[in-house]
Amino acid sequence: MSLFGAVIALGVLALIFGVILGFAAVKFRVESDPIVDQIDEILPQTQCGQCGYPGCRPYAQAIADGDDINKCPPGGEATIKQLADLMGVEPKPLDDAHGEEDVKKVAIIREDECIGCTKCIQACPVDAILGAAKQMHTVIEHECTGCDLCVEPCPVDCIDMVAVKPKPETWQWDLDTVKENIKANSIPVKVVE
Amino acid sequence: MSDVKTVNRDFNTDIIGQFPGGVHPPERKQPASSRPIRRLPLPAELILPVRQHIGPSGKVLVEVGDRVDKGQRLTEAGLSQGLPLHAPTSGIIAAIEERPTAHASGLPEQAIVIHPDGEERWGNKHALPDYHDVEISRLLELVQEAGIAGLGGAGFPTAQKLAQQKPLKHLIINGVECEPYIAADDRLMQEYADDIIAGTRILQYITRCDSVLFAIEDNKPEAIKAIAAAIDDDTQIKLKVVPTKYPSGGEKQLIELLTGHQVPSGKLPMDIGLLMQNVGTAYAVKRAIIHGEPLLERVVTLTGEALEQRGNVWALLGTPIQHLLDESGFNPEKKQRIIMGGPMMGFTLPSTEVPVIKTTNCILAPTDHELPAPGPELACIRCGACSDVCPATLQPQQLQWLAKAKDYDELEKHHLFDCIECGACAYVCPSEIPLVHYYRKAKAEVRNIAREKAKAEQARKRFEARQERLEREKQERLERHRKAAEERKKMQQEKASRPDSKTDSGDEKPAGKSAAVAAAIARAKAKKAAQAAKDNADEDSSAKGNES
Ligand code: SF4
Ligand code: SF4
Ligand code: SF4
Ligand code: SF4
Repeated sequence: MSLFGAVIALGVLALIFGVILGFAAVKFRVESDPIVDQIDEILPQTQCGQCGYPGCRPYAQAIADGDDINKCPPGGEATIKQLADLMGVEPKPLDDAHGEEDVKKVAIIREDECIGCTKCIQACPVDAILGAAKQMHTVIEHECTGCDLCVEPCPVDCIDMVAVKPKPETWQWDLDTVKENIKANSIPVKVVE
Repeated sequence: MSDVKTVNRDFNTDIIGQFPGGVHPPERKQPASSRPIRRLPLPAELILPVRQHIGPSGKVLVEVGDRVDKGQRLTEAGLSQGLPLHAPTSGIIAAIEERPTAHASGLPEQAIVIHPDGEERWGNKHALPDYHDVEISRLLELVQEAGIAGLGGAGFPTAQKLAQQKPLKHLIINGVECEPYIAADDRLMQEYADDIIAGTRILQYITRCDSVLFAIEDNKPEAIKAIAAAIDDDTQIKLKVVPTKYPSGGEKQLIELLTGHQVPSGKLPMDIGLLMQNVGTAYAVKRAIIHGEPLLERVVTLTGEALEQRGNVWALLGTPIQHLLDESGFNPEKKQRIIMGGPMMGFTLPSTEVPVIKTTNCILAPTDHELPAPGPELACIRCGACSDVCPATLQPQQLQWLAKAKDYDELEKHHLFDCIECGACAYVCPSEIPLVHYYRKAKAEVRNIAREKAKAEQARKRFEARQERLEREKQERLERHRKAAEERKKMQQEKASRPDSKTDSGDEKPAGKSAAVAAAIARAKAKKAAQAAKDNADEDSSAKGNES
């Protein structure tokens, strides 16, 4: 009899805790990012396709499916290191079959030469080019990721990729560059120190 | 001047709080603090960087060759954070081009260059001697239009700081000036005490605050006397004399000294009902409202033993530093350093062609004997001297390790952004580690990473939006083709069924003719559909461009 009572008591307890746990599992569920999102988060979003995939998200999917982590030149070593940490693998050097790490650039259209063919608009992965058929086109500089994809299609070769110049607010307190900055300016100045 | 009152006045030196750490570097405020502010001859050119303050730059309103009056507006205030810029004297716009800025990087920035004509011809001034019946919002506008930025620290637009709509417990006027060598605020208080108090009352009126704490460090007896006399028997303004200790003039440090409250990490003084303005700013506000003069000049301390004539000058904004040095008997040494700001928080100027900006309070040209260049950096010996003096109770040595290891997450956990870059830690470090330099670098990197991250996020969104649009367009195209095909099919079916219907209805038209008409209609319809599809496609491709 007492055995029976104990079984019932334990059974009831198990039921109660089961309900509580079940409720907690629903209520306090932690939304964990699926791995693809986490990888995509790390990739630089230049959308240049140098990795061999049509954009960062597809490459993130490929990495999740087991592709190498060293195919993204815009991200460079820093991205590879972060990816290695995330995936729990050893970082390896950038695969130069896909290109080399370069300074950040933006596209600029030499506007008086543009014939308005809209080819660059079709190539731009982030819709950073503005224009209409037979009208002059221009690049929205702060939206341009520097992916280089619009340069190739332009029939009159009027798109240049230029390195982003550091501004005082983006300058990294690199005192070695100071004299260079001054020299880059054409005004003759006395360099102190 | 009522000396009796000055002497009898209760200075209320009972400072409530105390801030941790701090150092006592040699003050070296003499002789600058005892010499009257001089006026210099006009320089050959004035260089006005379009962006003198935090935030975006305004739109330039003048063109090369224009003749401008003193006080004439040169740029339109930008939308949110901008401040307009004014011609500091009359003259001709000689150029609008990139010039090196008064920034440690020396990077060039867009600047308006004026050649003064020496006439000092004023444009229109809208003086407002009695502001008491003017709307507060209008006064804020006037402060904004006068281009006034905080003259003590980071140069934040004053009107924006004043416009915060929160009830104030105290308005604090900061005349502490704790950094060695600098005596610009000191001299301003000695010579323009009445104007500063008048400006303080305007600030008080704008913020609707009836308690002002006016703080001065006790190493400025002359300034204390002058301000006490100017306050006279105004009971709303309390003079607080704070003990000399660096950096008691730091915003958060001074608040702790005066009120005993700490501004929580990541919060503004405003959040605990306090607002701080520099004495120079109070003076500029008075000039702007009562006299209608925008901010055109400021007091700059010229000091250091490489200068023969040390002292304070009224420098027009845009005056090249070289001009200030030339006018002060500059005897450069072999490896002469020129520091903008004081020895603790200033930075070595990359060139002497950069201009005076709103936040330039001091130009220091020390001899090597006076302020030796820092020696080589040695390894940290973990002596802990730096954490003892840090006014923000940080762990400078720890921050330094983390900064070198580029461990940005840990740096933020160790409150890197609470560091006020006061330099107290670097001052006491026996290993001569340029600690602040590492923090500035790390802060710049953290900010850059955040900027890049935001940009990447934006690019991701745009990429996804584009993918979606392409997908949608594809579906629409397929749909149109499907419809056109269906149409054709229907036609053909109709065509096929016509001959039967003819016999039923007894139509007289010959079968051959009716079939030919149906075929023609079908052709025209198909052509129309194709044309519509093409038009749509064209429209889409132009709409695509306009979308962004
Ligand atoms: S290579 Fe280009 S497209 Fe590929 S992940 Fe890197 S940035 Fe994105
Ligand atoms: S591809 Fe070249 S020519 Fe054509 S619209 Fe773009 S910039 Fe102009
Ligand atoms: S004062 Fe200098 S040597 Fe001493 S603990 Fe701090 S960083 Fe290290
Ligand atoms: S510079 Fe920063 S870390 Fe060093 S003492 Fe000042 S607040 Fe502390």
